Formats: sequence, C-alpha cells, structure tokens
Amino acid sequence: MPSRRQALSHTAALAALLAGTGLFPQLARANSNKAFDAKTIQDALAALGAGALSESGDVTLSGPDIAENGAVVPFAFSTTLPGVRRLLLLVEKNPVSLVALFNVSAAVEPAFSIRAKLAQSSSVYAVAVMDDGRALYARKEIKVTLGSCGT
Amino acid sequence: MADPMRIRAQASGGKATVRILMAHEMESGQRKDEAGHIAPAWHIQEVTASHNGNTVMTAEWGPGVSKNPYLQFVVKGARAGDTIGVRWKDNRGDTRSDEATVS
Repeated sequence: MPSRRQALSHTAALAALLAGTGLFPQLARANSNKAFDAKTIQDALAALGAGALSESGDVTLSGPDIAENGAVVPFAFSTTLPGVRRLLLLVEKNPVSLVALFNVSAAVEPAFSIRAKLAQSSSVYAVAVMDDGRALYARKEIKVTLGSCGT
Repeated sequence: MADPMRIRAQASGGKATVRILMAHEMESGQRKDEAGHIAPAWHIQEVTASHNGNTVMTAEWGPGVSKNPYLQFVVKGARAGDTIGVRWKDNRGDTRSDEATVS
C-alpha cells in the first residue's frame, strides 16, 4: 500500500500534467478574464501572451469614419495570412479595451463582423495573434459624436 | 431564458455566410441609472458556433459589444441543408442555444 507521502506527490504530479495540457478549461478562461479586465491595449495583449505588436497590411479593419451613435458601431475585420490563432477587436479609449476575441479554426474564415460600443472618439485596433506569437494589427480612427458608456 | 436568436446562413461557392442577431441587454457595468447607481455588468461572455454538430468557432466577449449583438462569420465547406448551431453564455450563467439550416 502506498504511503500518504507517495500518494500526495502523485496527485501533485498529475495536477501539473493536466494543467500543462490545457485540460482545465477554467484555467484557460482565467487567462482571458485578465485580458477583459485590462484597461489598456498593451495590458490586454500581455494577458493573452501575445508578442511584439507590429502594423501589417495583411490585416484589415473597416468601420465608419464618424459614428453618430457610439452605442452601435459596426466593424468588419479579417486577415489573409495563414496561421492565425486569434482575431481581436480593441478600442483604445473604452473602459475595457478588449471588445471581442475570436478563436480561429481551420473551419471558419478569419473574418468577422460585429457591432461595438465606443465610449468616445478613439483608435480601434484589429489584432491578429499568430501561431508563432506575433501580433499584427490594423488601426482605424473613429470620431464619435455621442458616446455610449457613462450616462 | 432570453429571446431566441435570429440566425441566417446562406451557402454560396462551397462556404456559408452566417449572420446572427442575439437578444441581450449587454449592460456594460459603467452606466448609471437615474438614481445614480451603477447598473451591474450583464453581458455575453462566450459564444460557440457549430457546423453539423462540430464546433467550428469559439469567441469571448467583453462588455464593449453592443446591445442585441450582431455577428457575422463564414463557415468553410458548409452546404445547403447543413445545420449551424450557435450557443452563448453570459456572466450570470444564463445560456441560450439555437440552430438554423443553411439555405
């Protein structure tokens, strides 16, 4: 019969193994929770483990130049690059920068449309996080005449 | 339980464009009501889409997504007659899942 000490060390080893394989979805979610708590784009990307940020013509972001109503601003973002793991939409001056995170699989095109809230006029970023950790972005400046957050 | 989603999926050229309208308040947790109290955050956190039962896309959303969210994406290899399923979960633990047939 194994001693108590042996049993304990086995349990610890198993837990470490499981954590490494990502079999704990709660842990994976905890990571991105931190990204959704982040107040700035840099913090959000750091929480997601994205590497160096660089501008790229292979990532596209379209939206209006001027949004009359900041509560409903339509955006479409996509990339033509292979090996994209995640597509993110971030608004620089929102209280929570990260708006949405899409995990891209081989079964869907890396192109999404969504409507976001803008608290005020701000830069909006579409970021493609690649398999090798690079983070490529496209940026668009949006003027908002009526903000959404706050009042 | 929340109102049903409106899902349209149209096939063309070996892929299908899926358009979804969800019914949700998407309260940001920043807004104050008339009495000056901050309305607690209440928004969709997870969205999952499936094609004939296989998960093809997962997404995580924050409070910055607009009220009654609209989402559009393209599923490769989907043909007319296939099933597209969508499921969301909000930060109160409520869920809603709906299905549509590709036309």
